[in-house]
Amino acid sequence: MSIGRSFILLNSENDMKKNIFATRWGMIAVGLIIGVLASLLQYLGNPPNMGICVACFERDIAGAVGLHRAGVVQYLRPEVIGFVLGSFAAALMFGEFKARGGSAPFARFIMGVFAMIGALVFLGCPWRTVLRIAGGDGNAIVGLAGLIAGIWIGTLFFKAGYNPGRSYKSHGSSGLVFPLIMLGLFVLMLIYPQISGQNKSGVLFYSLKGPGAAHAPIIISIGAGLLIGFLAQRSRFCTMGAFRDLILFRQLHLLLGLIALLAAAFVVNLLVGQFNPGFSGQPVAHTDGLWNFLGMALAGLAFALAGGCPGRQLFLTGEGDSDAAVFVVGMIVGAAFAHNFGLASSPKGIGPNGAIAVIVGLVVCAFLGLTMRKKS
Amino acid sequence: MSNIVDARGLSCPQPVLLTVEKIKQLKAGKLEILVDTESALENVKRAVVDNNWTVDVVNAVDGEYNIQASKA
Repeated sequence: MSIGRSFILLNSENDMKKNIFATRWGMIAVGLIIGVLASLLQYLGNPPNMGICVACFERDIAGAVGLHRAGVVQYLRPEVIGFVLGSFAAALMFGEFKARGGSAPFARFIMGVFAMIGALVFLGCPWRTVLRIAGGDGNAIVGLAGLIAGIWIGTLFFKAGYNPGRSYKSHGSSGLVFPLIMLGLFVLMLIYPQISGQNKSGVLFYSLKGPGAAHAPIIISIGAGLLIGFLAQRSRFCTMGAFRDLILFRQLHLLLGLIALLAAAFVVNLLVGQFNPGFSGQPVAHTDGLWNFLGMALAGLAFALAGGCPGRQLFLTGEGDSDAAVFVVGMIVGAAFAHNFGLASSPKGIGPNGAIAVIVGLVVCAFLGLTMRKKS
Repeated sequence: MSNIVDARGLSCPQPVLLTVEKIKQLKAGKLEILVDTESALENVKRAVVDNNWTVDVVNAVDGEYNIQASKA
C-alpha cells in the first residue's frame, strides 16, 4: 500500500452513522421517498404506471436524439439526467467521486444492450415492474418472477466463479465525461424546448402522442431526479441487488428499500386513484406471460452480471464509474436496436423479432457468465 | 496463510462474496480486506458483522480502505 495520508476510522458503529442513508432505516426512507415521487410524477403527467422507468426513459432519450424514430417514445427525460447529476453532487459532497474504469467494458456494453432488449420485451425495468404492481398490473407479477429468475441464474454464475475483473483509477476528467454529457443534454433541452404540435425542436425529437408525449413539467422532473439521484447515491439503492443479496447472502438490506418503494407507490396510487387491478387493458403493457417472464429474466441476468440495476448504473456514473457509463450507453443503443429491428413490445404484444432477440440475449449472457472467470 | 482479500476495483457483489468465502474457509482468526469504494466498505462491514465476526479497525489510505476483522 502506498504511503500517504492515513487515518484510522474507529469502530464500525461510529462511521456507519456518518452515512445515515446506509442504515436500515435510511434505506427504507429512500425507498419510501422514491415510491411517493414516482406515483406523484405519474399524477403530474408521466405515463401510467411509469412514474419512473429507467429503461423506458433511456429508450425515450434514444428517441429524443433520433437514434430510433419510433414517434411515440421520444422525449429527453429529465429524470434520468437528474439521477446522474444528483448522484454526482452527492459523490462530490461526500468525497466519493473516484474516476475509475476498465472492468470488461465492452462485455458490459453488450450486457447493457441485452438488458434493454429484455426490458423492452416486458415493457419496463425493475423499477417499473414494481410500479406496475403498485398500479395493479398483474402482468408485472409475472415480470417480477422472471426478474428474480434471471437474477437467480446470475447468482449461479457468481457461485461458479464469474468475475468481470478489476477496474482501475483513472483521470478525473474521464469520470466527468458522462455527468457532463447529461448536463449538456439538459442544456440542449433548454435551448430546444418542446414546441406545441411539432415533433421536432432544433435537433431534438418530441413525441406528439403515446408515452413519449406524457410527461410531468420539466422543473418537477429534473427536481425529482436530482433528489432521487442524491439519495440513491448515499443509500446505494439497487433493485437488482435487492434480490441478488437475498439469494446470495440471505440479506434483506436492499430488499427493504424496494419493498418500501412498492408500499409507498401503492398507497399514493390508492389515494390519487391510480390503482386499477387486472391483467388486460393495463397501460403500456401486454399480456403475453411467457415473454413477460423471459424478457425480464434476460434483463435480470444482464443486470446481475453487470453488478447493478439500471438505476444503480446511473448513480455509479455520477461517482465517476466509466464502466457503468458504458453499460448505460449500451442500454441506450439497445433501445435503438429494439425499436429499429422490431424487438420492442407494444400493448398489442411482443414485436416480430422480440422472441428471437431474447433467446440470443440469454445465450450471450450465459456465455459471458460462464467464460468470464478469474482465477485469483 | 495469506488471510487477505483484495477486493479493490471489484464491482458488486464481489467484495462481499470474496469476504464471505474467506470467512467460511477460516472459521476463526484474523482477516484483512482491501476495498476502494465507500459502498464496498459499508457492504463488507455489514457482511462481516452478519457472519458474527468483528470489525476491529478500518484504515483509510489514499481513498483505499483496509478493513481488519477477527473472530476469536
